[in-house]
Amino acid sequence: MDEHTLDANAVAGTLHEVFGVELTGQESECAHCGNHAQVGTFRVYDMHGPGVVLRCSTCAQIVIRLVRRPDGSYLVDASGVYLKAT
Amino acid sequence: MAGLAWEIATVAALNDETPHIRTLSLNVAGWSGHRPGQHVDIRLTAEDGYQAQRSYSVASAPGGDGRIELTVERVAGGEVSPFLHDELIVGDRFEVRGPIGGYFVWDGGSPDPLLLVAGGSGVVPLMAIVRHRAAIGSAAPCTLLFSSRTPADIIYASELESLAARGDGLRVVHTLTREQPEGWAGYSRRIDAQMLEDVLGLTGKSASVFVCGPTPLVELAATSLVSLGLPPSRVRTERFGPSGG
Amino acid sequence: MSERLVTRGFVGRRGSLDRGNRTPPGQYLTTDFPVLSAGPTPHTPLDQWSLRLEGLVTKPVEWSWAEFNALPAREYVVDISCVTKWTKLDMSWHGVSVDTILAAVDLDPRAAFVIAFCDGGYTTNLPIADIVNDQAFIAYGYDGAPLAPEHGGPARLVVPGRYFWKSAKWIRGLRIVEKDVPGFWEGFGYHNRGDQWLEERYSGD
Repeated sequence: MDEHTLDANAVAGTLHEVFGVELTGQESECAHCGNHAQVGTFRVYDMHGPGVVLRCSTCAQIVIRLVRRPDGSYLVDASGVYLKAT
Repeated sequence: MAGLAWEIATVAALNDETPHIRTLSLNVAGWSGHRPGQHVDIRLTAEDGYQAQRSYSVASAPGGDGRIELTVERVAGGEVSPFLHDELIVGDRFEVRGPIGGYFVWDGGSPDPLLLVAGGSGVVPLMAIVRHRAAIGSAAPCTLLFSSRTPADIIYASELESLAARGDGLRVVHTLTREQPEGWAGYSRRIDAQMLEDVLGLTGKSASVFVCGPTPLVELAATSLVSLGLPPSRVRTERFGPSGG
Repeated sequence: MSERLVTRGFVGRRGSLDRGNRTPPGQYLTTDFPVLSAGPTPHTPLDQWSLRLEGLVTKPVEWSWAEFNALPAREYVVDISCVTKWTKLDMSWHGVSVDTILAAVDLDPRAAFVIAFCDGGYTTNLPIADIVNDQAFIAYGYDGAPLAPEHGGPARLVVPGRYFWKSAKWIRGLRIVEKDVPGFWEGFGYHNRGDQWLEERYSGD
């Protein structure tokens, strides 16, 4: 059990802002363990830390990292996950 | 970004649900409508430009014609919720963007039974589902397992009672963890695996499950339900965490 | 336009700004100890825990929990600044100086940087010059009690002169290297050095 995590719904607004679409209802495949799940199942860490870290709910590996820059832009690393574009 | 612009919300009404819980009714310019279970981000800006942002679930059913309700718990020592409770008055304005989220959502299209599990203010997005279900006359049987501390802490108590009395398949099961009224026959403990097994007996294992509450409750409920045989994909969770209040 | 909407009566709760000259630029004082973690809190049993010193050293060293606790340790009372803009004054830690750790080996002449590595995969990088001479320590006590897991226990690196992400939680070792390797946040938008007095928050600052 980990008390310092939330579900990805908690950052759905940020994900929408970054990816330009509602993402939490989209299907995904974890690049580490192959788990198929909706983005909303990802676990969120460091929402109020340096950046947002999303991890697979099955293997706990990092699927997405986001850092908000001072100019309002985002650095995005989504190399840990295959996202389905619709 | 398309579909997610900051809009201006004007406070239309304020209603105290319990000593620590208040519902804000907002008129939102340009509101595009929401789905039950979705939330909004709100942003408050101080005179000097300092901003604070939080997410709150929408409590009202869809179809409010630009009016939405947010039910907010006052987090002692927090930055935003004490302001919303202690300072905000009708006519005040702040920014809102949304609706947000497409995962923790129930649209009413499926006749499968619903099991809703709520801890405290985790009931808020589930209430949007309960209200929507009633509004559209859904035939999906629905059981709400709702954990509160004391009778006075039960959010939406009278509305839940009257909705359950309609006899349309909604069942509300309360557990009171700290203080029970005289002659209380319901549960008197935190939600646990046995209690979940009991309510799952009411809905059957074809239920779609939505769990919302503090992280420990959600962890326990999700783990227990999966070990009781529900596929993980049917157990949707929304954890409430230390959001800074 | 909506950027400028001011909400009547909202001031926010940012802590105080000015307390002598101990608050680095852009920081607010807090009395809380916020918990920031990039991943789940590990719970490594102490009998499986060790601290390794490896890389460009004469011979790698590995301390068990008991051996690590037997090293000379002392109290450190320091101010901590997080890149998320909070500063907390007079935090009281108990731990082992990085000097004590490094004294267990001879460094290779090429040694220039250290990579701290942790349970859960977190890393951070520092020039060796920034962590010697008692500028950094490995803490296992906080405020008179064992360091709590959520705050990095059983042991974390503490580098008071840098933003707090350099103070790696759940540390398991130091790797001495010749060439710098950006760590978890340094490789993803944050400043490589992270000196809070120079406000080195983001890469490019």
